[in-house]
Amino acid sequence: MARSTFLYVTYIRTTPEKLWSALTEPEFMKEYWFGMHGESRWIAGSPWKLVASDGKIAADGEIVESDPPKRLVFKWQDRSKPEMEAEGISLCTMDLVAESAVVKLSITHTIECEPSKLLTAVSGGWPKVLSNLKTFLETGSAAIAPAVPRTGG
Amino acid sequence: MTEPLQDSDLLFKALADPNRRMLLDLLHAHDGRTLNELCEHLDMTRQGVTQHLDLLEAANLVAILRRGREKLHFLNPVPLQEIYGRWISKFEKPRLKALDQLKRKLEDNHG
Repeated sequence: MARSTFLYVTYIRTTPEKLWSALTEPEFMKEYWFGMHGESRWIAGSPWKLVASDGKIAADGEIVESDPPKRLVFKWQDRSKPEMEAEGISLCTMDLVAESAVVKLSITHTIECEPSKLLTAVSGGWPKVLSNLKTFLETGSAAIAPAVPRTGG
Repeated sequence: MTEPLQDSDLLFKALADPNRRMLLDLLHAHDGRTLNELCEHLDMTRQGVTQHLDLLEAANLVAILRRGREKLHFLNPVPLQEIYGRWISKFEKPRLKALDQLKRKLEDNHG
């Protein structure tokens, strides 16, 4: 089956617990997700929605797997544009792995169609959201702060 | 090297090589490729490609997804976004603002 996948990785100087809060608490999310926020109980089977600053639903779905503060998997049905909504449900996975002083955050976004308008759209969005998130968690000065020493991949 | 390399050093070092930039272009055109698939497009030894991929991975420009025994390579644009934030947007903003003001002024005169 044709499938499109995007994978985004960022290293953030924080703890898995703080990062989990930033990924799941609406007031945190608004700070780095272009004013959008997620609403959910963040447990498997519970509904999830992504709400824009004007109150419109940008996407919704269901939590598939939740293992705080390590792994969150949810179904993502776009509701923002008809052509993206028509592509159906995509799957978004967030993995948090503590590595000494940093947390590695990996986000995979997959949809069973290729090419995908949704993934083309989110491929422009995720890097900005993650870059903002890193800046936000690293005290608002990450853009010019000295970076994390790291040895190889 | 007595001190560990910092993120931005690794990043710019990784981008400084034309073969590594070509690898990023290949991944941009089609993400999620294996080492074998990448080798097909490059006039380089398998070992050479592996070394370049290791450097790109250390700079977080390439991210790996394991699927069974396969390693799939993805272009990770997040550090490039950080370069944009650090080096480009601050120079761009005053010009964009000036253009925006010019546009408003011209459109006001028009109406």
